[in-house]
Amino acid sequence: MEFKKITTPLSEDTIVALRTGDEVLISGTIYTARDEAHRRLTLLIAENMPLPFDIKGQIIYYVGPSPAKPGEVIGSAGPTTSYRMDKYASILMEHGLKGMIGKGKRSEEVKNAIKKYKAVYFGAIGGAGALIAKSIKSSNVIAYEELLSEAVRELTVEDFPAIVVNDIFGGDLYNEGKLKFAGKFK
Amino acid sequence: MKIIKLDQISNVVIDLITHAASNLSEDVVKSLTNSLDIEISESGKSVLNKIIKNAEIAKSEDRPLCQDTGLAVFFVEIGSDVVIEGGTITEGINAGTRKGYEKGYLRKSTCDPLTRKNMGDNTPAIIHYEFTAGDKLKISYAAKGGGSENMSRIKMMKPSDGIQGIIDFAVETMEIAGPNPCPPNIIGIGIGGNFERSAIIAKKALFRNIGTINPDKELAQIEQTIYNKINNIGTGPMGFGGVCTALAVHIIKEPCHIASMPVAINIECHSHRHGSVVL
Repeated sequence: MEFKKITTPLSEDTIVALRTGDEVLISGTIYTARDEAHRRLTLLIAENMPLPFDIKGQIIYYVGPSPAKPGEVIGSAGPTTSYRMDKYASILMEHGLKGMIGKGKRSEEVKNAIKKYKAVYFGAIGGAGALIAKSIKSSNVIAYEELLSEAVRELTVEDFPAIVVNDIFGGDLYNEGKLKFAGKFK
Repeated sequence: MKIIKLDQISNVVIDLITHAASNLSEDVVKSLTNSLDIEISESGKSVLNKIIKNAEIAKSEDRPLCQDTGLAVFFVEIGSDVVIEGGTITEGINAGTRKGYEKGYLRKSTCDPLTRKNMGDNTPAIIHYEFTAGDKLKISYAAKGGGSENMSRIKMMKPSDGIQGIIDFAVETMEIAGPNPCPPNIIGIGIGGNFERSAIIAKKALFRNIGTINPDKELAQIEQTIYNKINNIGTGPMGFGGVCTALAVHIIKEPCHIASMPVAINIECHSHRHGSVVL
């Protein structure tokens, strides 16, 4: 399998070239946020307040890492299930978010927003938190420290492994994969 | 009469928790390895290989297999000749949970359901007790992640729905779950009891080692039927398409009311962290 190497912030050229099913290796800065951080970020947008980081062209990774041991950058850090962030994702894309990394299905609203705002949804392997942590080179909490593992972190990643689930052309790896293999178990 | 001190209980709980977090048990590793021979999807195989690699890294570097180190769930069998000294067994298990999650650098995931404020120490543990004869104390532990738990379902079915109704409900549950609960999954099914009991026995069914055959021949047959149907959904490892969606289906049944047929489906992720100890 061939990998596409991509870097953040994501340019329009990068996004247009991505297709559902592409395996990618992501390098650069990405940001973490889960349920409560998303609620707070969208509240800031509603109140016309600045976000804790410039969201334009960026990727948000849905993750709540386990605590780092002494000397480690981060603990285990695999994706959490994305649908819980569906309520907030469209507004973030409207304000410039270009990528999301998580696991599991997105709502129709989010898939439409991905097409409309030219963004991309990547799937990472749930339950591979020890493996994924190896691609994370630095981690700093930049907002909502009191949320512990759910705080917003700025991560530097090198060759973070993921796969394109939803692209700007309406592709959906979960639907396509399922259709291809339904009824094929012997 | 056998006296067991509270410290002994919390110490074995610490060991169970820290060991399970980074060591995938043999039955799960074997099942994942066998899945590589069954899986026909390239992306499915790629995912399975990464899951196996992840288990190797977790073990050799003593890192949690998954950042979601779960709610701490226990099934405890207490012999009638066992006396706990120094406090209640619940206190001992919670003390062990608190210390185990701290010592192992594991994520604390319990929170207030409304304010969402983290409890900070992953307590209270969820503990189910059974009282047995003799002088043994058996503590079984599982780190139960939120992703797979969220896709679990319960249904108060009609007696007329029958076995076919149970099969359809289990398959429908896995259809709806799709990629969300981190497939390939272990599916625990509780049939009978009442509303809450069906859910508890569905959870308990997850503790059976993968690869063991249900001694009840009829249940073994139903397990096989559901297993085949789930693997024909097409979901595959992490939902990218494939034929390995279930690693195992485990059923426990108990008597129920003449008017009811409660069925609970408890889904467990491939990172099935469990272990037990007998004192």
